[in-house]
Amino acid sequence: MLELRNISFAVSTEETDKEILRDVSLTIDEGKLVVITGPNGGGKSTLARLIMGIEKPTSGRIFFRGEDITDLSVTERAKKGISFAFQQPVKFKGLRVLDLLRIASGKQISVGDACAYLSAVGLCARDYIDRELNGSLSGGELKRIEIAEVLSRSTDLSIFDEPEAGIDLWSFQNLIKVFEGMRAKISDGSIIIISHQERILNVADEIVVISGGRVDRKGKKEEILPSLLGSSSVVQGCSVVNGKENV
Amino acid sequence: MKFDPIQLRLLQEIADLHTVPEGAYNIRSDSQAIGRRSTDHIVITPKTDVSGIDIEIKPGTKNESVHIPVVMTKSGLKETVYNDFYVGEDADVLIVAGCGIDNCGAGDSEHDGVHRFFLKKGAKVRYVEKHYGSGEGSGKRILNPVTEAYLDEGAEMQMEMVQIKGVDDTERATVAKLKAGAKLVVRERLMTHDSQRAISSYDVSLDGEGASADVVSRSVAKGDSFQKFDAKITGNAPSYGHTECDSIIMDNGRILAVPGLQANHVDASLLHEAAIGKIAGEQLVKLMTLGLTEKEAEEQIINGFLR
Repeated sequence: MLELRNISFAVSTEETDKEILRDVSLTIDEGKLVVITGPNGGGKSTLARLIMGIEKPTSGRIFFRGEDITDLSVTERAKKGISFAFQQPVKFKGLRVLDLLRIASGKQISVGDACAYLSAVGLCARDYIDRELNGSLSGGELKRIEIAEVLSRSTDLSIFDEPEAGIDLWSFQNLIKVFEGMRAKISDGSIIIISHQERILNVADEIVVISGGRVDRKGKKEEILPSLLGSSSVVQGCSVVNGKENV
Repeated sequence: MKFDPIQLRLLQEIADLHTVPEGAYNIRSDSQAIGRRSTDHIVITPKTDVSGIDIEIKPGTKNESVHIPVVMTKSGLKETVYNDFYVGEDADVLIVAGCGIDNCGAGDSEHDGVHRFFLKKGAKVRYVEKHYGSGEGSGKRILNPVTEAYLDEGAEMQMEMVQIKGVDDTERATVAKLKAGAKLVVRERLMTHDSQRAISSYDVSLDGEGASADVVSRSVAKGDSFQKFDAKITGNAPSYGHTECDSIIMDNGRILAVPGLQANHVDASLLHEAAIGKIAGEQLVKLMTLGLTEKEAEEQIINGFLR
């Protein structure tokens, strides 16, 4: 499905070049849900943005379904079947939830269809369909709408950049269900989720640990997850907030 | 009454009219009234001293509308028209105005409409005014509307002003005076392109207890165009006033927003907000991740913004 070959990414400042990713090679197979985790600042989000084309690698190539997409624009990659859910959903004055779902799905979907996508992320659809995507929506609401947009695109590859960030507890419960649902229907598509959350890691087929700009470890969930528990790569459920796990 | 294709196109743009409207109307084309109808509750009378009409809406008139569109299809015309609306107590009506100019010639075409509204106690008016220009001629399309609104106790006026395309030069002046409990809501949508110039000024006085005004402008300046938004609210009584200018600039567009708030009473609460900037890069990228090109993304963002 997706292959990253020797990807490096650096940002230049006046004094020095800062290397964010160094010689990352990675393959994401069809039918797999892969969670990329690792300490903050390790380069996970950058990797996701490189795959979508929002950033361009300093060196290395990216292949999608066997085709070199390194030089393709964001639009071209989107059309080839890559979706991206932003860590910080973008707000728009005047554009409504329905407008975004129509743009995302690429057709004039009916209000009923749009509602189905919103219901899937736990939003009472009728209350939201005509709302503007502006600051009147909470962070959690915007985040769920962002995920509904990706669902409505039903592309081969869906990337979620820290879907749990800025989301409330109730939404988080729902989010896990959404990913479990996507996992069940994955067939020949692939899903990449950037996350620290143990419960999201638990949904994974494979886990990749990115640390210090490199692939530190990768493998089946069963192999990787035990070694991560208790490290800064994983936040266990909501135990800190509630004093008990898996709430 | 039959419309020629240019008249019809302009009427569609400014008033969504495909045929003669329901209710009362006065349709003006190239400086002449080409159709007029009064109803039992709304009486339209031409003025005798100057060009224009008096519109009398009887007290208690509900759910009726008045259309007074103006179209200009000949190059080089210049006119000033005075329309006065007298809205009786507790009437609740829709007034649709607007001007469309098609100028294919070399002479400038100019329509200056002076509209005065006198709302009696408890009267409610929704006023919709669209301006539109078309035509390939070198002559300019110029619109300088003046709007005055005088609201008695408890009267409400909602104004929607839209100018999206084709008007080369516009200077809009709106003055409103509100008595106790009166309410004014203005929603202005403006887009300028090429070397157009648009100036919009508001001078609102909140003169009675509980009066309120909410003046919001959303605008886009493209090309080499220039806009000035000058909104002044004066609070002379315990009252509430809010103005907002929210603008997108593109290309070499320029926008000047001038806030003006004057509180003459300790219980006057006045607020101004202004934001000017280009389309945020992240908005473009977000829509591109959904498969739009950069240009398509830009169009969607602007269409939504000016909705």
